[in-house]
Amino acid sequence: MTAKKTLFDKVWDSHVVSTIENGPQILYIDKHLIHEVTSPQAFNELEDRGIPVFRPDQIVATADHNTPTLNQDQPIRDALSRKQLEQLSENCKKNNITLYELGHKYNGIVHVMAPELGVTQPGLTMVCGDSHTSTHGAFGAIAFGIGTSQVAQVFASQCLLLTKPKSLRVSVNGKLKKGVLPKDVILYIISKLGTNSGTGYFCEYAGNVFEEMSMEGRMTVCNMSIEMGARGGMIAPDDTTFEYVKGRQFAPQGDDFDKKVAYWKTLPTDEGAQFDKEYSFDAEDIEPMITYGTNPGMGIKISENIPVDENASFKKSLAYMNFEAGESLINKPINFVFIGSCTNSRIEDFRVAANYIKGKKKAENVTAWLVPGSKQVEAQIIEEGLKTVFDEAGFELRQPGCSACLAMNDDKIPQGEYCVSTSNRNFEGRQGQGSRTILASPLVAAATAVEGKIVDITKQLN
Amino acid sequence: MEKFTKLQSKAIPLNIENVDTDQIIPARFLKATDRKGFGQNVFRDWRYHKDGTVNTDFVLNDPKYSGSILVAGDNFGCGSSREHAAWAITDFGFKVVVSSFFADIFKGNALNNGLLPVQVSKEFLSDLFDQIVSNPNTELEVNLEKQTISVKNSDLSENFEIDAYKKTCMINGYDDIDYLVNNKEQIEAFEAQKIY
Repeated sequence: MTAKKTLFDKVWDSHVVSTIENGPQILYIDKHLIHEVTSPQAFNELEDRGIPVFRPDQIVATADHNTPTLNQDQPIRDALSRKQLEQLSENCKKNNITLYELGHKYNGIVHVMAPELGVTQPGLTMVCGDSHTSTHGAFGAIAFGIGTSQVAQVFASQCLLLTKPKSLRVSVNGKLKKGVLPKDVILYIISKLGTNSGTGYFCEYAGNVFEEMSMEGRMTVCNMSIEMGARGGMIAPDDTTFEYVKGRQFAPQGDDFDKKVAYWKTLPTDEGAQFDKEYSFDAEDIEPMITYGTNPGMGIKISENIPVDENASFKKSLAYMNFEAGESLINKPINFVFIGSCTNSRIEDFRVAANYIKGKKKAENVTAWLVPGSKQVEAQIIEEGLKTVFDEAGFELRQPGCSACLAMNDDKIPQGEYCVSTSNRNFEGRQGQGSRTILASPLVAAATAVEGKIVDITKQLN
Repeated sequence: MEKFTKLQSKAIPLNIENVDTDQIIPARFLKATDRKGFGQNVFRDWRYHKDGTVNTDFVLNDPKYSGSILVAGDNFGCGSSREHAAWAITDFGFKVVVSSFFADIFKGNALNNGLLPVQVSKEFLSDLFDQIVSNPNTELEVNLEKQTISVKNSDLSENFEIDAYKKTCMINGYDDIDYLVNNKEQIEAFEAQKIY
């Protein structure tokens, strides 16, 4: 009898080139995604050592972290950003790497555009110099973020030296309540498990909640795996996955596609396979979530109060946010709302927001930025008439990019201001020096923009 | 990569948990295209006020403390994959970071840049903080060969774990690229018979 294997085991084991005695394994990487911020030093390293890029056709590049979200047809004003983007273009040209640069119809956030183009497929190994590479695990791929030295390793050899992580399974079963979105599911999981519970592990999400989720919802969940410390998150590929991949630009076509599907169907975790750690939650316990602190684990149900904790780091967090232990966030005035980032900038996120906003107006005190994850999402927003809804309500639809998720471009939240954000991190100063981030779903973000303050969305829904 | 075998130094106590890479090096400083110079902005928003004045309350600005060992709280280096965080810490002059827990990517990035992450027990970490705060001249000794960290002139000492391969790399100043490039034939053979 063959050993029972997890999804993660199956994909990992089929990519091991060799194992060093008492050491790491050489893992083969199928797809390498790159962007302007974490690649220049890797290209320099290779050039300095005289090593050519080994498999340029397995690399896809995009410009996203630095890109402006206004006037993308104009030269970039910030000299350092401009230089970084120019360097990416030069490096890609020199090394025959496909680049979707600013303005290209496929340009976008790396974790939005790659799945959209069918680059992301089940059973692959994928890496990128960005921790949210875990997003692609939604397809049943092993996908994880790497440092720049590792970007150089993959350039040089299409491989990485790695020790196999341990396995973790988080199961969520039952029926989600109205208004509970995939973002709430993952924020809930992280609030229960903490920000380092996944460190050293690859996480599989299982249960009917994920089986019934759309691909975009699965991407939101897997995207935030890194926020509980896990290198990656995965969801078993199924018909939803195959349907999504089918027909996309880089997806296998015709017979090839059918053959791949037959293989992809063998990937799900075998019944009885062992995980190093398991957690399970009831879907009924999950409600719309918000964060109150400075890491994504500091989240509560929107109707709950901030907990009381004597830990010094906890108190430092609350002091930064200017919140009190034990208080509710309901009715807190909010002046900034950001719907975007690789977590929640896909078409479904904008549909949810538009559906809520339709016929309403943004509160006067609020600046509301909507930043699509890619040019294709932007086009879809316009095509589906969502832009009209946003315009009429006073929301500002900007051009695609990472934007105010990490504020490397001009989209910064001012010092001391709160921003209800659909992004993935509420770290100190993440959205601009001194800014205060409250993470939430696109629905909660839209409601905040309309009300000008945090409201208990569950009351509106029931 | 610089070789690392043994280090004796004073230490700086950063007693904060969940220090994320955005604090180690904020995103606005990631626009450089080389690896150097990040040290001047390490912990930028904790070291300086928004108006650019020095935050004298922050431990890196406290003249009492010095040394090339950073002793930090639990879950150090969580968040982004930016290797700039490891570059910034080494560029500032640290050679060792001690904590009771490190985030995966940060740990890997540190090891790839000759910065030794020393993971100790929570109890030992707490003792370290007490020692350093009560006597900022406390000297620590980190011995990679023996995998020990100890407080000089005391009986405080602990062993730490490190991947055997990474240990060899650190001691000899090797990196993974050399290894992988030397195994190209094996990689090509793998590509030829890929089964997935």
